[in-house]
Amino acid sequence: MAMNVFDISARAMSAQMLRLNTVASNLANANTVSSNEEDAYRAMRPVFETEYADQLKQSGLSTVNVTDVVSLDREVTRSFQPNHPLSDEEGYVYESAVNTDEEMVEMMEASRQYQNTLEVVSTLRTLMAKTMRMGQ
Amino acid sequence: MSAIRDHLNVHAQALQLREQRNGVLASNIANAATPGFKARDFDFTSALQQAVGGGDLAVTRSGHIPVGGGGGVQMQYRDPTMTSLDGNTVEMAVEQMEFAENTSRYQSSLEFLNNRIRGLHQAMRGE
Repeated sequence: MAMNVFDISARAMSAQMLRLNTVASNLANANTVSSNEEDAYRAMRPVFETEYADQLKQSGLSTVNVTDVVSLDREVTRSFQPNHPLSDEEGYVYESAVNTDEEMVEMMEASRQYQNTLEVVSTLRTLMAKTMRMGQ
Repeated sequence: MSAIRDHLNVHAQALQLREQRNGVLASNIANAATPGFKARDFDFTSALQQAVGGGDLAVTRSGHIPVGGGGGVQMQYRDPTMTSLDGNTVEMAVEQMEFAENTSRYQSSLEFLNNRIRGLHQAMRGE
């Protein structure tokens, strides 16, 4: 596809925003429990993929696409809580597989990259405005 | 007319190349989190030399095959100081520095162009 810096940045920012949303979902579900192993919550991650411009050799332009959101294949913790309303026949509940520290790091990285991209756009926009006034 | 174009030529070409490089660096920054992405860039100096015609051999007959020039910029991969485990070679600090440098050089080219245009205006008005 043909693209300019605004397309590139818009796509990159929505990708990072989606990443932030998955982090929010993961953190929100960090302490949820389930009555069976299959239904227990596992942390989600977006899958990023580069999308290249048509004339890549000349332009060198590319942006990022989110192709999928996957649940991580992680072992859920089985804990014995017979008084819990969601416990199974044997008295166990299954806690969600979310590492909050990892999610916080993910959140910091995503928000920093979002800011970087935004910074790029605002710089380029200023430059374009200056260019429009060329010769005046 | 071509005298005016020649008068502006170097800075006009430089501005165009700086803009293109901004796009390339923006792409690198956009792909900072994409696994396996290789950061790209091009050598501004040689690209400018090629654009203003300094790099190619003279062609004196129609049958001659021109060497250099006309091919646009030569994209290259950035040589990373440290690759990340997922194969991504975008280093944020490097890209941001390059971007900062490139944008300020873009502004200088723009300023040079403005000065030249102002000079032409003055010459036309005969002040």
